[in-house]
Amino acid sequence: MAKLPVSIDKIIEQFGPSLNYAPKDGFTGRDEPDEVVNTHCCFCGMQCGIKLLVKENKVVGFDPWMEFPFNEGRLCPKGVQRYLQNNHPDRILNPLQRVEGKGFEPISWDSAMDKTITEIKRIQEKYGKDAFSMLSGVSLTNEKSYLVGKFARVALKTKNLDYNGRLCMVSAGAGNKKAFGLDRASNNYSDLEYAEVIIVAGANISETFPTLTHWIWKARDRGAKLIVIDPRVIPLARTADIHLDVKPGTDSALYGAMLKYLVDNDMLDHDFIDNYTSGFQDTIDAVKDYTLEWAEEITGIQKEKIKAAAELWGKAKTSFLLHARGIEHHSKGVDNVLGCINLVLATGRIGKPYCGYGTITGQGNGQGGREHGHKCDQLPGNRDIENPEHRKYISEVWGIDEKDLPGKGLSAYEIIEAIHRGEIKGLLSICFNPLVSLPNSNYVREALEKLEYYVCIDFFLNETARHADIILAGSLQEEEEGTTTSAEGRVIRIRQAVTPPGDARTDTSIILELAERLGVKDKFTYDNSETIFNELRVASKGGTADYYGITYKRIEDNMGVFWPCPSEDHPGTPRLWEDKKFKTPDGKAHFNPAPYKLPGEVTDEAYPITLTTGRVVSQYLSGTQTRRIGKLVDQFPEPLLEIHPEMAEKYNIKQRELVKVSTRRGEGIFPANIVETIRKDTVFIPYHWPGQKSANLLTPGTLDPISKIPEFKVSACKLEPLNEIAPLGTESKAYASI
Amino acid sequence: MSNYTTFNRNEEFFVDMQRCIGCKACEMACAECETNGHDSMIHVNYVERSTTIQTTVQVCMHCEDPVCANVCPADAISKDEFGIVHTANTERCIGCSNCVMACPFGVPKKIEEYDLMMKCTMCYDRTSVGKKPMCATVCPSGALFYGTKEEIKEMRPNSSPVNTFVFGKEVVNTKVNIMMPKGSTELIIY
Repeated sequence: MAKLPVSIDKIIEQFGPSLNYAPKDGFTGRDEPDEVVNTHCCFCGMQCGIKLLVKENKVVGFDPWMEFPFNEGRLCPKGVQRYLQNNHPDRILNPLQRVEGKGFEPISWDSAMDKTITEIKRIQEKYGKDAFSMLSGVSLTNEKSYLVGKFARVALKTKNLDYNGRLCMVSAGAGNKKAFGLDRASNNYSDLEYAEVIIVAGANISETFPTLTHWIWKARDRGAKLIVIDPRVIPLARTADIHLDVKPGTDSALYGAMLKYLVDNDMLDHDFIDNYTSGFQDTIDAVKDYTLEWAEEITGIQKEKIKAAAELWGKAKTSFLLHARGIEHHSKGVDNVLGCINLVLATGRIGKPYCGYGTITGQGNGQGGREHGHKCDQLPGNRDIENPEHRKYISEVWGIDEKDLPGKGLSAYEIIEAIHRGEIKGLLSICFNPLVSLPNSNYVREALEKLEYYVCIDFFLNETARHADIILAGSLQEEEEGTTTSAEGRVIRIRQAVTPPGDARTDTSIILELAERLGVKDKFTYDNSETIFNELRVASKGGTADYYGITYKRIEDNMGVFWPCPSEDHPGTPRLWEDKKFKTPDGKAHFNPAPYKLPGEVTDEAYPITLTTGRVVSQYLSGTQTRRIGKLVDQFPEPLLEIHPEMAEKYNIKQRELVKVSTRRGEGIFPANIVETIRKDTVFIPYHWPGQKSANLLTPGTLDPISKIPEFKVSACKLEPLNEIAPLGTESKAYASI
Repeated sequence: MSNYTTFNRNEEFFVDMQRCIGCKACEMACAECETNGHDSMIHVNYVERSTTIQTTVQVCMHCEDPVCANVCPADAISKDEFGIVHTANTERCIGCSNCVMACPFGVPKKIEEYDLMMKCTMCYDRTSVGKKPMCATVCPSGALFYGTKEEIKEMRPNSSPVNTFVFGKEVVNTKVNIMMPKGSTELIIY
């Protein structure tokens, strides 16, 4: 394993990304599909219900699933076009092996498996079990997430397994556990409708979770006040009552100042604080100096606006606070989350109708994928891998000796660092594209080039897979039965609509065969996805993420069941904490001091501008799927550098002029988009693209000390206009293929 | 038009610009209809992206007295008994663009590739069999809604549907409603 076997251009020629459009003259037979399959979108954490139209084992279209209660047929452009990833010309149809100078060539499954097992054994015998690592993804169903966690610990016997949820909402998960002892959004989203005040903090809902906007607009129609906290005027902020344009990296100062204002003006729920919480005094002591004037200086938000927001929040009877990556992708992401939770607890507005709090999971199974044990520190049921009782329980379920169960391993970025240092020599990845999605891409690439063996399970040859020795042709979401858990905590059914094309196999069958060849077939005997789920139910029983009472049939009958659901006669739990019995050791909700700290990197003379990153509506995460769908690429063909007119004037940057953006990690070139919808001291680049157009060439590998989430949202950068206007149209679109 | 359809006469189309987030799911979904040749008949526009994130969405308003049909020299545009103004009859349309210039809302587009005017038919293929138009069905923010006046009244208590538009001395009544602040009865376009 080293650098790419052939040039990028040759790889793209063979494996894309190429753009798939619906045929101009229509799909043959679309009007009369063989089958209509009720399932869910394969993209974000909303997991919208959708009907897939199937003809001759191909998905040829969609129909809105009007009856599904969350989205009632509504879809975003990604959902409308998602069916086009099926039957895509870039699809990997066979196992592939790397051939120097030639690229990737098909090999037999037997050879691919033989080589993989030989290399795993060679590396582990030579360097130890933990020298072989695994990276997993939360596009996987609950069943596959569970299977991966078990496979890594029982078959690979490595502790070094982590998942790409590490780049998503782990700060929220850590904050939730500290405050509530349980990691889930507190309510189903229908509670939003009657909330008096809604705070949306660091969540570009209108572009990243568009179907959720409906519930917020419903509340607005009922007179709800909306507070949007974001450095950019995101589309949701257009009609907001208050937009707090926070300087990236200063969120906790804002929440601290709002909390102090609530305390100073006695806008508190004393009964709730006294009876159902702990840690209040320490928490308010930590913000005693956080005046509005101080907060204005730190956050760049006018103190009158902070005061107005605190007044609105403090006086409301019902409220909802939602946040996402904007406050979580920080080296103090957990503090930011705790700052939000403190505002919720201080007003006691949780565990009541129309009162709620939660993170919005970005990835399809961001919620379920963080519960079933493919995190480096976690066992199924959201159990702690270092807790002796938890270890004992799972060891019994898995039929292994507890001493053989590995302990806590490295997190995703730390695995890359360990590869870079030469401590980890082998890697198996599934549905994870770290070369685009992790920060500091050049460093990640160097690490990949140091691996002695890299095997990947995926359905498209993503940018990271181009560095693999062997690619095992896996499956799309619609090619396997399973379940996912939406951002609301609703466990839902993913239906198999088609079988994998060509010689591709289901991810599950690939993992099971690897386990068998590693000599642990007896630990991996499953007839189908449902039997995996039934084992997951038992493994989660008694854990905080308790799925024991959820069955495939119950999900089917009820269009989803909310966890925790500890028994088959339990109705599930759409709204948490109505009993005020929290899952912390003392049974109380915990306030946690969240004092303001500097971000991992601050601006200076050499790098005077703050860079922040995020998403656009037509692209999804590292773009592996969406950069292959024609209309989604047409809608936003390339990443643009959003820059305020005043900053553009200062640096003499014109509309669509190419700008070199540099940080201490690297440099990229982006066309400028001069907009008044961003702070004057901040620029923004969406991160879905690789190569020269990768925002993550620029972002730092600074990690939150608790959640280990990278600080994607704050980099210090400098700008240099290149005196060249970026072409529009096809030339410009070509960047999407890099 | 035939009596064989199950077009629900009580259901109407409502557009709520305040809710539009500019995501273009409606355009993508409209283009999925093969009767359009995969061209969208609904259009989302940024008013001025460099200064605002306000977006507008423009669907055919299905005028009571459709000017596009009135000015058509080839009688290619028809309105049916349900109030749907249909896209140009392919055998009659001469591609003259009179309709494009005459429409006060700027809706019909001449598609050069086909030398044909095409416009929204309120998803007649769907609405005629009791389904809702695709754009309104998928709209993730509820900026587009298809249903009854009673439903919209319940759902949007602070808004009123308006389907009277005043262009100078010209008053145009439409089948499609725009959601306006409560109590509004007409929209005057200056």
